Amino acid sequence: MNSVIKYFSDIAHGVKTLWKGMMVTGYYISHARKEIITQQYPENRDTLQMFNRFRGEVIMPHNEDNEHRCTGCQACEIACPNGTIEIIWDRKPDPETGKKKKSIHTFVYHLQMCTMCALCIPACPTDAIIMGQDFEHAVTDRSKLTKILNKPGSKLMKGVEE
Amino acid sequence: MYDFTDLVRSIHESLVASLSPGMAALVEWIIIGAIFLGFFALLGLVLVYVERKVCAFFQLRLGPMRVGFWGTAQTLADTLKLLLKEPIMNKRADKFLFNFAPFIIIISSLIVLSVTPFAPGLQAFDINIGLFFVIAISSIGVVGILLAGWASNNKYSLIGAMRSGAQIVSYELSVGLALMTMVVLTGSLQLSEIIASQADGWWIFKGHIPAFIAFVLFIVASTAEVNRGPFDLAEAESELTAGFHTEYSGMKFAFFFLAEFVNMFIVAVIAATVFLGGWMPFHIGGLDGFNQIMDFIPPILWFFGKVAFIIFLMMWFKWTFPRLRIDQLLTLEWKYLLPLNLMNIVLMAFVVYMGWYFGN
Repeated sequence: MNSVIKYFSDIAHGVKTLWKGMMVTGYYISHARKEIITQQYPENRDTLQMFNRFRGEVIMPHNEDNEHRCTGCQACEIACPNGTIEIIWDRKPDPETGKKKKSIHTFVYHLQMCTMCALCIPACPTDAIIMGQDFEHAVTDRSKLTKILNKPGSKLMKGVEE
Repeated sequence: MYDFTDLVRSIHESLVASLSPGMAALVEWIIIGAIFLGFFALLGLVLVYVERKVCAFFQLRLGPMRVGFWGTAQTLADTLKLLLKEPIMNKRADKFLFNFAPFIIIISSLIVLSVTPFAPGLQAFDINIGLFFVIAISSIGVVGILLAGWASNNKYSLIGAMRSGAQIVSYELSVGLALMTMVVLTGSLQLSEIIASQADGWWIFKGHIPAFIAFVLFIVASTAEVNRGPFDLAEAESELTAGFHTEYSGMKFAFFFLAEFVNMFIVAVIAATVFLGGWMPFHIGGLDGFNQIMDFIPPILWFFGKVAFIIFLMMWFKWTFPRLRIDQLLTLEWKYLLPLNLMNIVLMAFVVYMGWYFGN
């Protein structure tokens, strides 16, 4: 008799759990209008907002006086696993103290080699570089992928090295 | 829109008046055949689109959106692509059987479609053993699947075909018994009579508990019989590439694809006809005002509405449940569905004997 009861309770249990599963997907389809996560990309290009943690490319923010925070310490170049970052630096005399000081000449960023691992970001002691949100990197020529991140005529922001 | 009997008769009479009897019959056959082939193709197009959209919404995606408004022309473009593709054949394949198999499947679905009662007077072939005919002919489809698997000369195809054979042969039993339970109630196998007997209420309501159990058993077993949903072992993309139609390409592949969807439609038609009253509007005995409002909706809309409901139910199964293993599949049939069906048929016979159903 017990086995008969078990047989029917198994069926009831099976039906119950199947119904539970169907309710989950039923919720999805009945709330599809607001739950759908797919985005229509080229159409929504103007309003598209990438999420904060998205890694599009490495960028170097400049303030309104055309100043950046990069001291040319090359920590990012060392941290980079595949040689994406290449810093060309020189020693120029500091206009205030007159001593010779290391500074960046060109911050070269080879986008074609970058895997967006973002190991350079925590390596930077002065937070000079961050990950940008732009992901439309298609270009017609390979040379366009080699980017220079520091803007022409830019200089080091004051107070970064203290 | 309500009753097609007069329209069909007037077409018949005008043909008989202008042609000899033999020619008139021939023209009628050709017209009916063309209509069914057209309907068949249209059904495939619509159902593939609906399937992709419903699946997308279940998975919180948008599905096809690019071709036409909301992707409505997507299946049309896919069909065009399949028509233009080269039919490639395995060198070691059995040429005759390889080319013949898709047609068996297509023909068996097409024949079953011929007894479909769409609306009053709109039924190509109303025979007195309708339900039996449907079960018998729809079983021929498995021969096509087995032949396709064998003739492809491919291990995946053969495994898929053998799985499919085991599955369809077992589940046919449950489909048949579930329908038999309802035949006990209806007392007729003729589809038009089964529908006529539901004028005062659908059998799923009039037959209460045993009818509802039979409905659930029928839906489960028929989902397995059309190789869909959680029972798609015969195709099993992740294990067998595509099962029995791995080696097929172009239009022959499209035939298998089309037959799967048309079979789903056929199963939905049977369920709608036997359990939900076919084209019969929803009636409650005694409430004349309510019944008249329901009569106002054309029967053909009732029919397609019910069929759409059952197709949606089957899609819901497919996109909710994980695929069964072959032993689980056979356990479900032989240890659960079949004993339940047998118990249910006895229960139904008792209910009918005692007259404990509504509308007797």
